Amino acid sequence: MTSVTTNAAARRHGAWRRNQRRLAPLMFVAPGALMFLVYVVAPIFRSMSISFYDWDGMGAMKWIGFGNYVELWSDPAFLESLENNLIWLVLYMLAVPAGLFIAIFLNQSVRGIRIYKSLFFFPFVISQVVVGLIFTWFYAPDFGLLFKLSQMLTGHGIAILADERYATYGIIAAGLWPQIAYVMILYLTGLNNVAPDQVEAARLDGAKGWKMLWYVIIPQLRPATFIAVVVTVIGALRSFDLVSIMTQGGPYGSTRVLSYYMYEQALSEYGYRMGYGAAIAVVLFFIMMVFISGFIWKMYRDETER
Amino acid sequence: MFPRPIQQRPAATRAAYQVALPVALILWLLPLLGVAMTSLKPAADMTQGNYFGWPSHLAWSNYADVFRNSPIGWYILNSFKVTIPTVIGAVALSCMTGFALAIYKFRFNLVIFFIFVAGNFVPFQILMVPVRDLTLKLGLYNTITGLALFHVAFQTGFCTLFMRNFIKSLPNELIEAARVEGVSEVRIFWYVVLPLMRPAIAALSVLVFTFIWNDYFWATVLTNGVSTQPVTAGLYSLNGQWVAQWQLVSAGSIVAALPPVLMFFAMQRHFIAGLTLGAVK
Repeated sequence: MTSVTTNAAARRHGAWRRNQRRLAPLMFVAPGALMFLVYVVAPIFRSMSISFYDWDGMGAMKWIGFGNYVELWSDPAFLESLENNLIWLVLYMLAVPAGLFIAIFLNQSVRGIRIYKSLFFFPFVISQVVVGLIFTWFYAPDFGLLFKLSQMLTGHGIAILADERYATYGIIAAGLWPQIAYVMILYLTGLNNVAPDQVEAARLDGAKGWKMLWYVIIPQLRPATFIAVVVTVIGALRSFDLVSIMTQGGPYGSTRVLSYYMYEQALSEYGYRMGYGAAIAVVLFFIMMVFISGFIWKMYRDETER
Repeated sequence: MFPRPIQQRPAATRAAYQVALPVALILWLLPLLGVAMTSLKPAADMTQGNYFGWPSHLAWSNYADVFRNSPIGWYILNSFKVTIPTVIGAVALSCMTGFALAIYKFRFNLVIFFIFVAGNFVPFQILMVPVRDLTLKLGLYNTITGLALFHVAFQTGFCTLFMRNFIKSLPNELIEAARVEGVSEVRIFWYVVLPLMRPAIAALSVLVFTFIWNDYFWATVLTNGVSTQPVTAGLYSLNGQWVAQWQLVSAGSIVAALPPVLMFFAMQRHFIAGLTLGAVK
C-alpha cells in the first residue's frame, strides 16, 4: 500500500521533472496575471458593457444601446471637458523642452551639483494633493503671491482659480511643475549616455551651441525623448488629482476634464449615473489607446529586432 | 559631454554659473519654500496679513497642533498600512511574472507582457465602476485590504515591465549553466536569479512606495472616513475644515509629503533607475 503511493508520488514528481520547463512559466506567471486579469483587464470590458446601460449602481440595469454616447455628443459639459483635455495635452508638452533645458543647465560637474539635481527633482516626489494645495495657496485671492504680483503689475489682482478664463491654465501650470522635474531626470540620464567621441568629433568640425544640440545631441537623446513624451501624454490625460483639489471642476465647470467629469457623473453628489460615467471613461480610454498602441508598437519592434 | 564642461569656460562664465545655480533653485522651489515658511508662522501673523514676510517667531506648535487637533496621525498610519503590503505584494508578484516572461519562450509570452504594459497606462476611470463594484461585493469597501488588493494588482503591470526587462539583461549563460547542472527551475529562480535582482527590487520598492503613498484617486473611490483613509484623501478633507488657516494646511501638507521625500533622498540612485523605466540605459 505504502509502496504504491510512494510510487505514484515519484511518478508525479517525475512528470514535474520532465515537464518543468513547460510548467514553470505558467506557475510563475499565474498569480500576477490572475490579479491583473481580475482588477485591470476584466474591468475594462465590464466598463464597456456598462456604458450601454442606464444604471444607478444599485438598481436594475436598463439596456439603452448607444443612448449614453448619443447624449454625450450633445452634452456641453462633456464637450468642454474634452476641449480642456486637449488644452492639457498641448500645454503639457511644454514639459519636454523645459525639462531638456533644465537638464542641460544642470549637466555639469561642479561641487554640490548632485544635491542641486535632486532638489530640482523634488516636486515629482511630492503627492499631487500637496502640489495642488501649494498652488492654491500661491494663487489665492487677496493674499496669494501671484495675486499680489498681478496687483502690482496691472493695478487689480487676478484670482486665477476663480476666473473661468484662466483657471484651467492655472491648474496646468501646477501640473507642469512636477512633470518638468520628471522629464528633466529622464534627460539627465540620457545626457549621461551621449557618446563623448561623437560630441568631440562634432566639436572638431566646428559644431557648437544650438547646432550641436539639434544635430548631434537631440538625435542621441531619442530614447529619452520617447519616454518623456509617453509619460507626459499619459500624465496630461490622467489629470484628476489637481482638478479635484484645486477647483473641483469649477468655476461653472470650466476646469473639468474627462477624468473628473466621469467621476462627478458616476460617484459624486451630482448622482450615481454609472452607465453615463462609464461611457465617458470609454471615450477617454480610446483616446489613450492611441498613444498606448504607439508605445506597444515601438516595444514590439524593439523586441523583434533583437 | 554636452554642454561643454564649465571648467573649460572663461572665469566670468564659471562665476555666473555658480550664482545662477542657487538662484534658479530658489525660483524653482519658491512655492514649496513659501509653504514651508507658512507652516512655521504663528496664527497671529496670518490674521495681521503677514503672508510673505518672515514669521514673527518660529511656531513649531503648528505641527503639534496638526497632530493634536486632527486625525492626521491616523491618516498617516493608514497610508503605511496600505503602502507597505502593496510594495511587498506587487514586487513579489512581479519578480515571478518578470522571471517567467524574461526567461521562458512560450506561446503568448509577448502578448501577456504587452497586456501588463498596456494595462499599466489605462485611465483609472475605465476601471473605477467595476473595481468599486467588485470591492463592494467582496465586502472590502472602505477597508485597507480592499484598497491594497487593487493597488497590488495594478502596480504589478508596471513592475512586470521593469522586472522583465531587467532579467532579460542578465547573462543567459548563468541560467543555462544551472540547467546543465540539473538545478530545478524553481531553484534557479530562487538561488540564481533572485539574488541578482536586488537592485531592481530596491528600485521598484522605492518607486511603488511613492506611487501608492501619493495615490489620491483610489483612496477617494474605495475608502471614506478616518479609520481607513490614507493621508492624501485625509489631507483633502482636513483642508475643508481648516478654511483659511493656511499655517495648518501647510504644516499638514509637509507632514504628508515627508515619508516619500525621505525615502527618495535615502534611495535616490534606485529611485531614478526605476523611473527611467530601464529604457534609457
